[in-house]
Amino acid sequence: MSQTAAQRFLQDAAVKSADLMHREIIRRGMESYDVAHLKGRARIKDWEAAREKCQEIKREAINHLDRYLLQFEEKVIARGGHVFWAANSEEACTYVKNLATRLGVRTVVKSKSMVTEEIQLSPVLEKAGIKVWETDLGEFIVQLREEPPYHIVTPAMHLNRGQIAKLFREKLDPGIESDDPADLMAAARRILRQAFFAAEMGISGANFLVADAGVIAISTNEGNGRLCTSVPRIHVVVSGIEKVIPRLEDLAVLWPVLATSGTGQGITTYGTLIGGPRRPGEVDGAEEFHVVLVDNGRSQLLADAEQREVLHCIRCGACLNICPVFRHVGGHTYGTTYPGPIGSVLTPHLNGIKEFKHLSYASSLCGACSSVCPVKIDLAHHLLQNRRNATEAGATKESERLIFRVWRYAMLRPRMYALGGWLVRKALRIIYGLGLAGSILDPMRVWNRYRSPVPLPSESFRARWRKGLDAN
Amino acid sequence: MDQLLPEVAVDTVKVLRRIGCAVEFPEDQTCCGQPALNTGYWGDARPCAEHFVRVFKNADFVVCPSGSCVSVIRLFYPELLAHSLLREDAAALASRTFEFSEFLVKVAAVTQVGATFPHSVTYHASCHGLRELKLRDEPLQLLRQVDGLKLIEMVRSEECCGFGGTFAVKFADISAAMGTSKAESVAATGAEFVTATDPSCLMHLQGILGKRDATTRTIYLASILAQDGLAQKSSAQERP
Repeated sequence: MSQTAAQRFLQDAAVKSADLMHREIIRRGMESYDVAHLKGRARIKDWEAAREKCQEIKREAINHLDRYLLQFEEKVIARGGHVFWAANSEEACTYVKNLATRLGVRTVVKSKSMVTEEIQLSPVLEKAGIKVWETDLGEFIVQLREEPPYHIVTPAMHLNRGQIAKLFREKLDPGIESDDPADLMAAARRILRQAFFAAEMGISGANFLVADAGVIAISTNEGNGRLCTSVPRIHVVVSGIEKVIPRLEDLAVLWPVLATSGTGQGITTYGTLIGGPRRPGEVDGAEEFHVVLVDNGRSQLLADAEQREVLHCIRCGACLNICPVFRHVGGHTYGTTYPGPIGSVLTPHLNGIKEFKHLSYASSLCGACSSVCPVKIDLAHHLLQNRRNATEAGATKESERLIFRVWRYAMLRPRMYALGGWLVRKALRIIYGLGLAGSILDPMRVWNRYRSPVPLPSESFRARWRKGLDAN
Repeated sequence: MDQLLPEVAVDTVKVLRRIGCAVEFPEDQTCCGQPALNTGYWGDARPCAEHFVRVFKNADFVVCPSGSCVSVIRLFYPELLAHSLLREDAAALASRTFEFSEFLVKVAAVTQVGATFPHSVTYHASCHGLRELKLRDEPLQLLRQVDGLKLIEMVRSEECCGFGGTFAVKFADISAAMGTSKAESVAATGAEFVTATDPSCLMHLQGILGKRDATTRTIYLASILAQDGLAQKSSAQERP
């Protein structure tokens, strides 16, 4: 019998949250991120003002998405590029696959892109007999492991170098002896170099689509992005429609804020702007330039005035890094393209509230995500709104609905509430008195599985108040 | 608070009286509606919120020993009661509703309440007090004035303890893992007590610490401040 997404999540979460080695690897990774992030923020004179500026830019872009996307398209076409508007994953994948087949592409190199994970582009290309190479080191590693990225910025952060060395020995070269990061990187580079020069098509994402200049902006650290976009004959950009920003000058704040939030860097090693195919007289660049603009549920979210700002996301990963739930269950447990708080907010919108509402509930609503988001998306608030949407859509359990109806009935009747409280305490005292804590007869057994029982005072506060505490 | 942690409320009253406040406890009060609100049952939370507004409407100030409840009243009532007839009363009430440490430091302008507590204490920054109400320093200002108290900072003091209301039961595995990480941070300080601005965090932590047979005990902020050095009985939370 097939499991639901919620059952799978609960099962994987139980395993991962008890996996101490996993916890240690993630904690160590996140701690070094924390230090770099704070240091990076301190480099920006007024971090809060920078966040506000970014929020303002993204709000303007999202509220006028129609205008800015058309402006972007017009510029790209004028330079000889092609723009394809894909309503969903299928349209996007089919366009790229047909393009590749038509132009006789046999090898594709990809730079890191989450939207291509979202639309599951690689499997479609591979089915058509095309070899696809992930060229970001982390993506390359998880591709070898045949698993999805663990994290949207650092896809292989769940692995230590010993595990990576073993993987490389098994999949690339049994002669790899060292687990020194420099040696491992060199091994990957030897193989990827060949791929770059064999590939007829490079596929990249875009961190931003700049409307007034008609260019895509990419931030990378490994240089693979530039090779993907300039060496092969064809360059295909796949981007969500929400990535558009109004002006080139907006990058002046968005780029450093993205780098700071993503890795703590002042700016990433490479910042690349591309606006079309190679022009006469230019020495490099692709001969064909295609941009695939992916909707895939985004315009539906755009229509939701309450949650539209979720489209402001610049995919920096800061909310994943700070999230205590992510830190304990890890990226794969979510079972979604986008894990962590942004994924828990976004996935129910993109993939269905009924199947994915559990993610919006899988949070203590601690609000750490909202406090770090560089474009000030109030993620915790959106988790709460998703919960409300789920109950209003009748997607929650009948038993839970009943509990809250009873609860409400009592809360509106103070005497009944006081009596109810007394009864519950009394009953639990009896149950625990009989040594039945944690047994099937204990209504608090889920709590008690991991915690000692809650205190059960014999008198409530209101009882004590009435007994004389009320005299001022 | 009323049902499970009456001591917290008793100590809150004690401290408020000591600084000269006249304290009332309207007996018609029940709950602010947070459990239903946070679980998505806004239709059930709404009448509770309206009940709360009606009960407290005439108070000069409402002081609540929980940052979480206050953030519901201050930040979520406007949205929850957007179409309610009590909308304006709720907004007015929200501006007079304060978390305990916030009230002492920001409204009453008191940090020295004459408390003595000769123990080592570490402080957990409860999420809603910290991030919704922006109370970063107020509780610490109060603790620093307590005679004999040795404050020990814990690592990741701003990371959630994992309680999260129904989250603690719906996702017990994750919640407990988060609680365990927090308990490890607490234990690493070697402090005798851990305190916070939200008794629910402490209740959760007490449960986790209790299961681990840890020596550190939880104590709510007001229960520290209520210790005047004369009382013989410690009003640290009772262990069941």
